[in-house]
Amino acid sequence: MSKFQKKKKEMPAVNTASLPDIVFMLLFFFMVTTVMRETDLKIKKPSLPKADQVKKLEKKSLVSYIYVGKSKDDTPGDKIQLNDRISNVEDVQNFIFSERRKRSEEEIPLLTTSIKADIKVNVGTITDIKQQLRNVNALKINYSTLKGSALDNVK
Amino acid sequence: MARRNTPEINAGSMADIAFLLLIFFLVTTTMDVDTGISRKLPEKQDPNIVPPVLKEKNVFEVNVNRNDEILVEGDTYMKVSELRAAAIKFIDNGGGTAADLQKADLSPCTWCGGDKDPASSDHPKKAIISLQSDRGTSYAMYISVQNELVGAYTDLRNIYANKKFGKGFKDLSVAEQKIIKKDIYPQIISEAEPTK
Repeated sequence: MSKFQKKKKEMPAVNTASLPDIVFMLLFFFMVTTVMRETDLKIKKPSLPKADQVKKLEKKSLVSYIYVGKSKDDTPGDKIQLNDRISNVEDVQNFIFSERRKRSEEEIPLLTTSIKADIKVNVGTITDIKQQLRNVNALKINYSTLKGSALDNVK
Repeated sequence: MARRNTPEINAGSMADIAFLLLIFFLVTTTMDVDTGISRKLPEKQDPNIVPPVLKEKNVFEVNVNRNDEILVEGDTYMKVSELRAAAIKFIDNGGGTAADLQKADLSPCTWCGGDKDPASSDHPKKAIISLQSDRGTSYAMYISVQNELVGAYTDLRNIYANKKFGKGFKDLSVAEQKIIKKDIYPQIISEAEPTK
């Protein structure tokens, strides 16, 4: 009997020496891909509409964002956020100028304005913004949407 | 005197530190890809310029009112789901005869699969979709309508690409795509000022 008991081997421990390496690799991956949000949203997070005819925005450095949505305290009307504060429609022009100043001359025609608007805002607000953009000749725009069927937007 | 060995630094907690950092980046990372419908706004017009006269049959009028209802060509009430088919029918009609199109330096549309109805559009290059919305229209509806109209062009381009090159529009070379975009099915969507 004791003969068998002596033969019982101990389970070898799993070698964890390479564990830090694995974790570091993951860490670097996330460090490289992470994008910290540049602006805080002062309005309610817009729930974007869905569409299927979408294009990816290629050069993120050439995109300026305009957020449109409802205010956090539920006051009626649509609010426009430029950079990190709620602004008037008239400020859109200045916003585009300041965005242009940040870029070099040859990049200016490539600048795209991405409109991130909530599904509940009125088209009138969007039209006012577009009018302002036309005034300063910022003609490339992108209506930010999620991927999905556009028919789901309206029930 | 025996030299003492320098003690090794205990690296056992290295994994813990790395984990902590990893979790921090995992939480803060946002991997959202920005997608959307790209459009180009028209340039600001000189108010003195007289807009060119268009034949009514070459214009596909889409009206969206403040109750999110769609009226097509001024007389047909439509749902969003029906809009794409109607737009395709209009663009792909190609009803113009050689005599009609001579003035515009075009020849009749040989690739159109439409009904060749003389009361509808002459040629895809002449077919204009005019979208008029109300200030009170919801953005969701607006995007849906835009999406369906752009989708109509995408569908037509795909059909053409499949017939001519045997592959989808997306798989064509840039030059081939350019030809289709310019000469076969150019995207002409005009937006009128919204009604108050």
